[in-house]
Amino acid sequence: MSGPEGTRSSRRSLQVKFVPDEDVLKHIADDAGTKVRKDKAQLSVSMKRFVKKLENISDNEVQEILEEKNYVAALGICAQDPVGNGANIGGGEVYSFQTPKRSSKMAELASELAQTPEQNVAPDHSKFSEKMAKTPQSSSNFMWVEIVWKCNLKKKEFVSTTPYRLRKRLAAPDPYLESESEYSASCSEEEDEEDQKEVITVLSSQKTPGKTKAASTPPPRNNLAKKIKEQRMGNLVEEYFEAHSSSKVLTSDRTLQKLRKRRLNQQTLHDLLKKAPLAYAAEIRDLNQQHESLFSKWMLQLHLGFNIVLYGLGSKRDLLEKFRTSLLQDSVHLVVNGYFPSITVRSILNSITEEVLDHIGTFRSPLDQLEFIIKRFKEDSSLELYVLIHNLDSQMLRGERSQQILAQLSSLPSIYLIASIDHINAPLMWDQAKLSLYNWLWYETTTFSPYVEETSYENSLLVQQSGSLALSSLMHVLHSLTLNARGIFRLLAQHQLEKKDNPSYPGLSFQDFYQQCREAFLVNSDLTLRAQLTEFRDHKLIRTKRGADGVEYLLIPVDDSTLTDFLEKEDEDV
Amino acid sequence: GCFVFKPSTKKRRSSEKTAHDFRSRSDDSEDTELRFVTCQSLWNQIKSETEQIQEDLNKQLLDNLLSFLSRSHSEFQEKTTEWTCRMKFREIPTAALVLGVNVTDHDLTFRGLSDVLQDNITPYIALLEAKDCPGIKNLMQKLMGQLMNCDIDVDSLEDEDCVQVSQNRIRCSMSSLISWYESVTKKTDSETPSKKRNSFSRHWQFPPVVVIFKDMESFTTKVLQDFIVISSQHIHEIPLVLIFGIATSPMIIHRLLPHSVSSLLCIELFQSLSCKEHLSTIIDKLLLTSRFPFKLGEKVLQVLINIFLYHDFSVQNFIKGFQLCIVEHFYSQPLSVLCCQLVDVKKRVYSLSHDQCENIRRLPSFRRYVEKQESGKQIELLTNDSFLKEETEKLLEDLHVYHENYVSILRCLHVFTSSLPKYPLGKQVVELHCACLENRVWETEEYESSLQLARMLNKTDLVTMLQQCVEILMSSSGKEFDKTVEKLKEFLTQFQNLEEASQERDVSVSSQKELQKKTDLYHLQKTLLELKESRRSKKMTKFEMLRFEVVDYIDSLVRKYLVPADDRTLHEIVYFNAAAVLRGHLNAAPRTALHTALNNPHWYLKNQALKCDGGGISNKAPDICIVYKLHLECGRLINLVDWLEAFSTVVMAAEEPNADAASSDQVDDIIHARFIRAVSELELLGFIKPSKQKTDHVARLTWGGC
Repeated sequence: MSGPEGTRSSRRSLQVKFVPDEDVLKHIADDAGTKVRKDKAQLSVSMKRFVKKLENISDNEVQEILEEKNYVAALGICAQDPVGNGANIGGGEVYSFQTPKRSSKMAELASELAQTPEQNVAPDHSKFSEKMAKTPQSSSNFMWVEIVWKCNLKKKEFVSTTPYRLRKRLAAPDPYLESESEYSASCSEEEDEEDQKEVITVLSSQKTPGKTKAASTPPPRNNLAKKIKEQRMGNLVEEYFEAHSSSKVLTSDRTLQKLRKRRLNQQTLHDLLKKAPLAYAAEIRDLNQQHESLFSKWMLQLHLGFNIVLYGLGSKRDLLEKFRTSLLQDSVHLVVNGYFPSITVRSILNSITEEVLDHIGTFRSPLDQLEFIIKRFKEDSSLELYVLIHNLDSQMLRGERSQQILAQLSSLPSIYLIASIDHINAPLMWDQAKLSLYNWLWYETTTFSPYVEETSYENSLLVQQSGSLALSSLMHVLHSLTLNARGIFRLLAQHQLEKKDNPSYPGLSFQDFYQQCREAFLVNSDLTLRAQLTEFRDHKLIRTKRGADGVEYLLIPVDDSTLTDFLEKEDEDV
Repeated sequence: GCFVFKPSTKKRRSSEKTAHDFRSRSDDSEDTELRFVTCQSLWNQIKSETEQIQEDLNKQLLDNLLSFLSRSHSEFQEKTTEWTCRMKFREIPTAALVLGVNVTDHDLTFRGLSDVLQDNITPYIALLEAKDCPGIKNLMQKLMGQLMNCDIDVDSLEDEDCVQVSQNRIRCSMSSLISWYESVTKKTDSETPSKKRNSFSRHWQFPPVVVIFKDMESFTTKVLQDFIVISSQHIHEIPLVLIFGIATSPMIIHRLLPHSVSSLLCIELFQSLSCKEHLSTIIDKLLLTSRFPFKLGEKVLQVLINIFLYHDFSVQNFIKGFQLCIVEHFYSQPLSVLCCQLVDVKKRVYSLSHDQCENIRRLPSFRRYVEKQESGKQIELLTNDSFLKEETEKLLEDLHVYHENYVSILRCLHVFTSSLPKYPLGKQVVELHCACLENRVWETEEYESSLQLARMLNKTDLVTMLQQCVEILMSSSGKEFDKTVEKLKEFLTQFQNLEEASQERDVSVSSQKELQKKTDLYHLQKTLLELKESRRSKKMTKFEMLRFEVVDYIDSLVRKYLVPADDRTLHEIVYFNAAAVLRGHLNAAPRTALHTALNNPHWYLKNQALKCDGGGISNKAPDICIVYKLHLECGRLINLVDWLEAFSTVVMAAEEPNADAASSDQVDDIIHARFIRAVSELELLGFIKPSKQKTDHVARLTWGGC
């Protein structure tokens, strides 16, 4: 009986060849024959499937893609489980592309938000829910409108400073849509841009029919939405590069200096914040209690060889501190404040070797030190060490080498690591090798508590920090120098201040500087000046860099206002 | 003034152990001790099992490597001229070990490798990693350190004087390495007359020096090149063998090394087992067996497999996930104390406390079971503890039997489905397992279609499959299969009997041969229809009938034995189903959590004032949420003044306008301070950074995202 075999092989092969009629006949007949028992409907189904199979064989790739989709869907399904954390959001929402908006938008959103309380406290929930019911349908239509509109405006988008108030409202499907659109219409009268009006007409003409259509026939909407999404993606990608191609960004020119507001230093800031009551203290306490109930579980898992990493919005310092005080009191432990600006891996290793292992002596490199630690911990199984790291992702610790060393440290069975991360890109620090060394268990601990300690060291927002630290250190160093040296520095500072309006000021070239110093009788030779500059450089008072022409340029790496303050103080002294 | 402080009260809590933590949590504190012990013993069992599997799987590879190594320097042993003449080419024997992308698993392989080498070939092994060797000097230092240490290990007690010079003082050069090698080999040669012989008998007189580069790709090219060139100069003095661990493809050797260098190597390629095969073996041995009482639920297994397939291909991580499942299960399920070997079940069931009995009654699956019983038994079950215990024991035994049968029938079904075209139920037994766990497999479309396909199998395939099934069922520990085996054997003999009959039948089929002439489409269609009619009325052949019977029989087996575990009573005791927990711990999405917290604070802070729907947030939200929301409206640069103003507008509106005019200045300052805090928090989170492009501006680091 060769029938079935024949069919099998012919099904598999894909080449086109002549098949005599009777073969076809036999083939089909045989197939039908096996199904005699089944009723008609099933027969047709199986035939269909048979055909489908043929197709499948021809395009394996399609099938694979489908399978992949299934897997991804499976991943997604898992994410939708009621976890109790915020993991139920698709990646698209978090990492979406969107056009940049003008800064005046912010003011507008602010006023919008400021208006919301009336709606929020409004008692009639029926109305509220009605609005809610409408919005999801309309959102896709609005997206469509948005695209039309963007196409209109695309050219101007990055040159004009007109606030496009409307667009935000289109893009954001929020329940306040109705009231807001009224608001924006009234606003748009101020700006007599013709494009804008065009858009509004587009909007009004499309809005109503679109809505009814969407309500009546859901499936096409789905299709439409998909299509729109594709288009949108394409558009947005282009726009991303367009926006980033020009270095010019238009924002308003207002500065904090013009604002008649005294600057706050760290201390006053701290005091002021103390006065402000912490919002939602009760809820935050609830959250924290939830997390605290996990403490003993953490201990268990630490002992079983896992390490624990905490993530989520809000400072996790207090939580870890509580963990430490409640469970680690009678065991050796090490607390690392990663947010401290001058922390290094070496200091961590030093504190382990010197204080935990009571080792006196130095090491040539962190690797040697690490090796020593590993050896000691392996030799002595009674040694146990708990390491708590606040902000494992801080500036100083996020480097590849530091992470490598910390990972190796944490992989020791008798070192238990519990750490917190905050930066949105923190997980990028770790590759597979490091991840397996760390052996993390992730815990979401959103606390919403303010990052008091973590941000107090940051001197990046100089606006507020007023550079008092920089100024005092400048003064301090300068006072320990000779009179001549101070004169030299003064000269450089003055020169820099004169050029402060020039944004591309490279610094003072060495030759010019030497000339000026000679004229002021501050130095007598090239060499003396160089020696002096080396000293400055050692104290980080100046920075030198070579220009394109090989000339050395000198620059004081302090902002202008501090420099002015410094010169004033100097004048007082003299 | 550094940041670290260590407030340890130096009294070590040495003895008290992990069990304590296990206990302290459990508010319901039921049998925690026992649960912990069970958990640990189960885990240890599984761990040793996986290690065994790993070892077995690597055996082939290691054997090949061993023979290569022993071959490579055999000439050196005999000191023949052939060796020296070959060494004129200065070729270093090299093994390129292609291990695949699952870097995390490599460690285990290398450890096994060095153990085996130590036992069989040579005591002189150095394992080098790229991160330890930024320069040739570090490399040499590391190399010599490891070689000389291992020397200490081998002839441990007596001749410590020979290596007591610390490695720091030795000049790390090839020549000192050679002199070390000479001294070591000479010593074993001359002064180890009797006692040492036995320990060294495994090794030759001149054991090769094996240098293993664990991660060849990460080494800097220069270091590698220098090392190879230098050592090739000395190859006639010291029998060096290199082993490269490669994660990508052997091509990388030629990409890293120029021809002039790679020509100094005599490379042989070794391929390790693919991680997918490794995983399927592990799953086969750990999950598809009734040896271990603990089982994974469908979702959990899916999560673990997905992490494997889409993230790392790492078997180690899979095992880690498995460990986590065990721990979680025993930690969170008080009844898991019953999740033990069948022999212990009886004892444990009878020592259950009243609370535990209540726990059993609370199980959903048990409730369903109770509902099905008649009313008298229902009352007994719900009120009488000892009756419940008896019943529980019986049910647990049932569950155990179910597992035994399940596995065997699953394998049988897999024999059938794995050979069907396009594998409607998956190629691997794991996929089939998942499908069966998920829901009643016979209700799925895939199962339907695979049965259809099975009805089209040819005889030879069918017979071999049946034979395989018989083997599986024979070897299974299930006791119910005697009849099944008999039945299958009967099918087999029937197929045999068909053989003769079919030959006769062939003649009748040949009547169709008359159609051999060419026809046009119309006629073909017509004849087809006729034939169809005739076929429908015609009786099926014997073979077809038999085939139908076989498939139907298999189908009935499936329906009987492959019931999803969720339908079984007391499945909660042995199945771990909390996929979400597992996923949260292993495959977390920190950025999503941040996003939710910032956009929808109500998710975390259950306060009515925060309740807000759609995309917007309330103006009463925490400061950072408002600041975040505002900053989303901006382009690449954000003007701080505008931002501050917008923020204060929002906040002022949120606060009731009770602030009198006098204190408004102070309020202003507070708002300013709050703004500063929120902004610096955003900076800490990585959403913005200070910018020098324009005064009082910050740059956004994310793009879009409303």
